[in-house]
Amino acid sequence: MFTLAKRNLFHDKLRLAVTLTGIVFAVVLIVIELGLFVGFTRTTSALIDHSQVDLWVTSSHVPYLELGVPMNERKLYQVEAVSGVAGVEKYIVRYTRWNRLDGGQDQIQVIGFDPNRSWGGPWNIVEGDVRDLKIPDAVMVDDVYKKKLGVTRIGEVFEINGHRARVVGFTHDIRSFTTSPCVFTSFRNALDYVPIERNQTTYLLVKTNPGADIETVRQNIRGRIEGVDVLTSREFSRLTQRYWTFTTGAGIAILLGAILGLLVGFVVVAQTIYATTMDHLKEFGTLKAMGAPNSYVRKVILAQALIAAVMGYALGMILSGLVVHFGQPAGAPIVVNGWMGFAALLITLTMCAGASLISINKVTRLDPATVFKG
Amino acid sequence: MNTAISVRDVTKSYAEGTTQVSALRGVNLEVNHGEMVMLIGPSGSGKTTLLSIMGCILSASSGSVEIAGEEVAHLPESELPRVRRDHMGFVFQGFNLFPTLTAGENIGLMLDVKGIGGPQARKRSYELLDSVGLADKFDTSPANLSGGQKQRVAIARALAGDPGIILADEPTAALDSHTGRSVMEMLKSLAHDRRRAVVVVTHDPRVVEFGDRAIRIEDGLIALQESKS
Repeated sequence: MFTLAKRNLFHDKLRLAVTLTGIVFAVVLIVIELGLFVGFTRTTSALIDHSQVDLWVTSSHVPYLELGVPMNERKLYQVEAVSGVAGVEKYIVRYTRWNRLDGGQDQIQVIGFDPNRSWGGPWNIVEGDVRDLKIPDAVMVDDVYKKKLGVTRIGEVFEINGHRARVVGFTHDIRSFTTSPCVFTSFRNALDYVPIERNQTTYLLVKTNPGADIETVRQNIRGRIEGVDVLTSREFSRLTQRYWTFTTGAGIAILLGAILGLLVGFVVVAQTIYATTMDHLKEFGTLKAMGAPNSYVRKVILAQALIAAVMGYALGMILSGLVVHFGQPAGAPIVVNGWMGFAALLITLTMCAGASLISINKVTRLDPATVFKG
Repeated sequence: MNTAISVRDVTKSYAEGTTQVSALRGVNLEVNHGEMVMLIGPSGSGKTTLLSIMGCILSASSGSVEIAGEEVAHLPESELPRVRRDHMGFVFQGFNLFPTLTAGENIGLMLDVKGIGGPQARKRSYELLDSVGLADKFDTSPANLSGGQKQRVAIARALAGDPGIILADEPTAALDSHTGRSVMEMLKSLAHDRRRAVVVVTHDPRVVEFGDRAIRIEDGLIALQESKS
């Protein structure tokens, strides 16, 4: 059975090439689009996920990280007084302008945090030290965006919103899913760089005491301070991810790309396997006449589809690896991991098995008496 | 039991447009193990329909069909492959070999259908090919075999699983007269030496002499039955 399936598949090399091309196309599209989707989703909430804090205090109804509404810094002292709170820091996330040395401008996202505690600060620092950000006017940028921001080395001086900014270090791979790179600086510097009152902050980052019940601390903060939301880091991360992924439609567009790949792959595989089946219809009739039950011929066609699926999957994963390696975009990264590879395998096998159903239906209905018709 | 196939009062009719066509109109026939029966008659007389009914490929409209003592005329369609698999081997006019498989694999496939696989199937395929004088063609593709060789491979395949009945539809139609005779000798030997019941549908008057009985079908009825003895 397996031999027949294999031989039928390999008999027409050109058709096999078309089949594999369809599957490879589908696998690459699915893997890359899913990888982009995961990368995009992770990137939207990366600042929150790396913040090292338990709770985020925000103005009421903030829908996502980038839309923080300024609030009075006095709230910091009120939160500090809540039982179970180990520490509170002010935190700014705001878009503003970066002036390059060549006179050009770019939009950036300024992240203002306290370098002493480093909550919500940069990670993956490859040059410089987070403590360097205590220096007035010091900023840290990501090496992925060096070219975009016109930065070549540490010590270069630029302008952010009309204020001096000196590069003191580089991070690696802290990507932005928008076109605005993240620029880390101290909270104090950030007050100069973004349009915000000096007695305001956009967020309060809260660390609870070891062993404290986070939910209880959250309720206590809510009970004491009016006009704010208190979210766990996980909640705020999911909120931000959901906004960018589904409310803006960006994530849906990426997922649609994956679905399109699946559809194209399905159609190509269904068409080629159907054509192969039609080519061998007389042989399937002979098989049935000789006593092969429908289950046997089903297995032959299914085996054809699954052999093609495994081959196409292997080639598709190799090509996806090359695309990820050489074609990593400057925006959201493409995240391809083990479970995604496994999911792509399952999707490919299901796609090819599904694509063979039309052929299976055709052969199951085939009258074995056709063998006596010349 | 000596009777391999018993057909009693079998009719077969089917619709052709708005009219009902009777392909068989009450046929009675018995085929015994160890005999070769030739079904002859003009095109459209019903001989292939009769062969198909005996081969459990078509169902009779009425009447009784017994294969190796089992009544099969009223079996559900899903049961018929089992009857074919257990009792029958088929030889077709156009050989119907699988072009993507070698001669040995064509026989192995039939064994696989019957649930025999692995080294046992390979050994049996070789023996069957040897029995038709083609052991050296085990790994040869059908495309590289002559017509006679293809039909001998098809006969070897029909014998896979050791069926008691061999049904052949115009087995010499695509062969020259010399090769045709050699194929008929082989089928005759299966009947006489190996006690198979062999039924051959043919148009070819030159090969009728090989049968023990010749049955002429005309207009869906047995018009004439001649025995050698």
